[in-house]
Formats: sequence, structure tokens, C-alpha cells
Amino acid sequence: MIAEKVQRIPPSGIRKFFEMVTGMDDVISLGVGEPDFVTPWPVREACIYSLEKGYTSYTSNWGLQELRDEIAHAVASDYGIAYSPEDQILVTTGVSEAIDLAMRAITNPGDEIIVVEPCYVSYNPCVTLAGGKPVSVATDPSTHFRVTPEQIEDKIKEKTKAVVLNYPNNPTGAIMKKKDLEAVADVVVEHDLIVISDEVYDKLTYDGKHMCFASLNGMQDRTILLNGFSKSYAMTGWRIGYAASTPEIIGAMLKVHQYTMLCAPITAQMAAIEALRNGREDMLVMVREYDRRRKLIVKALNALGLDCLEPKGAFYAFPSIKSTSMSSDEFAEKLLKEQKVAVVPGNVFGACGDGFIRCSYATSRDAIKEALERMETFLTPKG
Amino acid sequence: MKEILEIMENDARIGIDEIAAMTGIPESQVKKAIKEAEEKGIIRKYKTVIDWEKFGEEYVYAIVELKVSPERSTGYDAIAKRIAKFPEVISVRLVSGDHDLSLLVKGRTMKDVAFFVAEKVAPLERVQSTETHFILKTYKQDGDIFYEKEESKRLAITP
Ligand SMILES: Cc1ncc(COP(=O)(O)O)c(C=O)c1O
Repeated sequence: MIAEKVQRIPPSGIRKFFEMVTGMDDVISLGVGEPDFVTPWPVREACIYSLEKGYTSYTSNWGLQELRDEIAHAVASDYGIAYSPEDQILVTTGVSEAIDLAMRAITNPGDEIIVVEPCYVSYNPCVTLAGGKPVSVATDPSTHFRVTPEQIEDKIKEKTKAVVLNYPNNPTGAIMKKKDLEAVADVVVEHDLIVISDEVYDKLTYDGKHMCFASLNGMQDRTILLNGFSKSYAMTGWRIGYAASTPEIIGAMLKVHQYTMLCAPITAQMAAIEALRNGREDMLVMVREYDRRRKLIVKALNALGLDCLEPKGAFYAFPSIKSTSMSSDEFAEKLLKEQKVAVVPGNVFGACGDGFIRCSYATSRDAIKEALERMETFLTPKG
Repeated sequence: MKEILEIMENDARIGIDEIAAMTGIPESQVKKAIKEAEEKGIIRKYKTVIDWEKFGEEYVYAIVELKVSPERSTGYDAIAKRIAKFPEVISVRLVSGDHDLSLLVKGRTMKDVAFFVAEKVAPLERVQSTETHFILKTYKQDGDIFYEKEESKRLAITP
């Protein structure tokens, strides 16, 4: 009865783990991929006000003009790239929808899309659902989880259409420097590819400034830039994000969007306008706090003997657990059962994530400290 | 230094090792910076915020607004400093608007506070009038919310 395409998608490793945790008491979770902050009050207040004023209708398929203006302004001032708010920016229900739209807009049956792993769990299924074939590129700590042009070039075939990049990265916290991205850009030009660049963690970049792929020389017209509000403004439940690209690509994405989603919720759009206009200070306070937790958790993980690179962005540490000779699944399951600490096994983010676990530091310092103490007990030989 | 102070402002008991880990500043330097801030009076003191009502201890607080006539040479300073000496007085501020000084006064009972104001403050030569507002309930103090805190209602595991 069920379509083959859907059957082919493996069950979610995250879901399986979630079900194990559900019903357990006293679990400390480092498994959460979203901020522990509640959306800043001014943003919530602006939304409440919009409801009071009666903003409860559909908006244009594109999203509110005011919001697209603010997005264009923000991208221009952050990265120096100009997108026309008229036909180059599409407001979506989160980056999640934008990923799906991007895949569907560019994929012909059998087209190959290169996905750099370990990566966010949606990319591969979205490629499959769009009728394409995901092709994995594995990264590891030897390059700080940065993809190299050679690795991409290795996978390029006739049918290769696009590359998905996500820096700062979920789950590794890796970023790419300008020169790393430029090297990738050369391959992209040479083989005439599109880059889907998911930059939802751009604001959560520590020790330095985020490099937007579209801002590289010649890349704007080859990039589908995806970003949103979930992570930077602690707005995961609002379901709001955007895509920016050429009028041709955005026009194609709009076509799919208008018949599947119609538009993003107006209340969320109202809140997003406020976030861009007046949310910067609140956002920076959150980023500073993540930065402190980041240093704390990395130091502690390494002290436990779990080798962990310093993540330069997002809010995840991705330590290796190879020293324990356990698989990621085994480690995470045992840790949960014995010490009631939830982490996400690295293999759910791609095969090359096995041997690692993802520890989110988007949780209070007290919880992080307690979790690490429990992990220490877990790792101390018994007897 | 600013970062260290910001961290300590929210948690006076935090360890030097933890501040060092979070900021990447070596422990010895953190220690030195704190000592310096203490010596310079930038860190004024370490305090604990206590909800006495929850403990079961009854205190009565009142905001007392005073109209005073300033002195020719010292303005409001002399009278404000004089009032600040009373241990019942928690804070003294010069404010704009209808009245001049705003006090926070603490006592055991309403009578205590009322008599203190009537006997010690009102008779002072420069005080023209007093108006006492008893505090009935504290919702937020020093940036700390006293009722149930808002927490993110996240699921335990998300991608
Ligand atoms: C890399 C990445 N992209 C996209 C998303 C989804 O974002 P949104 O809430 O905007 O749909 C997430 C959320 O975890 C993510 O980690």
C-alpha cells in the first residue's frame, strides 16, 4: 500500500532513542537539538500584539513583504550580498520546509545530490523523496569535519546536480573558513553544480565571523541559501525560516510551496519581523552563554578521555567514543540505562558518525555538569 | 574582566576553575582579576537572594516617599546620608517627580515600620512630608523572578 520511495526511507534513529527516553524519570538530556531558552519576550510580545490587532489571515505565498525586506536587509548587512525581496527571497515554515523545496525544485529523477556527513537527519530523506539519489561524503576529525574539494570531486558523476553544505554543522559543530569554502567553490564551478547551503546556525559562530557561501565570488547565483530563526532566536516551535537564491530557483520553490504550504503562519512571520528588528541584543546574550558552556563541556569531555575537537559553531560537541570500544548505539543506550544521561548516537547522522556521540550544550550549566559527572561514573571501571 | 564580572553577577558562588574553563582565561588570572575587583570596590559584596516569606519569616517592607527641602550648600546629600544611617533603611534614592527621596524600609510588623517613619524620619528638620506604601507581594527583585520560572518545554531528544 505504501509508496516504495517512502518505504525505502529507514526509520529514524532519533525516534527510536526518543522512545527509549520517554517514560524514564530523572533523565538529564544532552540530546536536544534546540535552544533551552524560551523565545525572547519582545518577540513573543510583538506576536501577541499582532493577534490582538487581528492579524490572522493568509499572507502572500512569498511571505509578508515587510519580513522579506527585513531579511534582505539582514543578509545584506551581515554578508554584503543583495537579494531582491521581490523575487529572490521565500519565507518558509522553517528551514525544514526550505530543504524539501530546494530538493524538489532542482532534482530530476536519478539526479545525484552530494551530502556531506555527518549531517542533519533530513537531507538524505528529502533527496530520496524528491526522486534523487543522495551520495554521502564522509568527513572526520582529521580535517576538523571540514569537507575537502577532493572528497567532493571524488563523488562527482554525470548525474551530480548539487552539494549540500551545513556549516556551522549539526552534529559536529564544525565550520569552514573562507579558503576552505573557496576551494569547494572552484569544484562547484568546474562541474556546474548548485550548492544548498543550510546556514541555520550562522549566528552561533564562536571565535570569529561566519562565512556565508553565497558571499564568495561568483557563488550567489549557484547557491540556495537557507536560514531561519529557530536556533539564533530560540524560535524552533514557530516554524519559520527562509530561502534566498536566483529568481529562477526561488520561483520554482515558490511553485511547490504555494501548492503544499500556501504560506508560513502569519503570527510567526510577525514575530520574525520583530526578531530581525529588535532581537539582536537578546540573541547575542544567548550566544555568549552558549560560548561559555561550549568551553566547559569540551574541557570536561576531553578530561574524561573522550577526544573532542573544539566545536566552532552551533551548540553541539561531538566527541569520539572509540576509546571505549563501544559502538555509538551501544554507548548511548548503556549510558541512558545506567546513568540516565541522554546523548544522540553519532551514526544517526550518517555512517561515518559511528564512534561518536552528539552532546548538545543548549542546556543549563548545572545540567551539563551533572551529566558529565554521571558520565564519569559511567566510564570509571567497576570493581 | 567584564566577562568574569558578568558571570559572577549571576552566581556569586561559582568556582574560579569553572570561570576559567568557561572563559578560557587561566585560573591564576581569574583569581587576580577578582582580587583586583574586590580591592577596587567594583565587587561590592557577595550576597544571597532569599525569599524570607517562603522560609516562614515575616518581614514587612515599605516604600517611603519623602518630600524634603534641600540644603543650600549640600543639596539633598546631607539629609539622604543622615537617613541612610538607620539600619531599618534598606535603600535611599534621590528620584525625579513628585517627591524627592525614595526609601525602602524593613521592619518586623507594620506598626514597627509606621512608628519608625513617624518617630525617626518625619520629625527630621528638612523632611516636609512622608508617604508610606507597604509592600504586599514581591514578584521580581534584582532581576530575579519570585514566582514559578518559565522553562522551555522541549522534548528530551530532538534532531
Ligand atoms: C542543520 C539544521 N538544519 C535545519 C534544521 C531545522 O530548522 P527549522 O526549525 O528552521 O526547520 C535543523 C534543526 O535541528 C538543523 O540542525
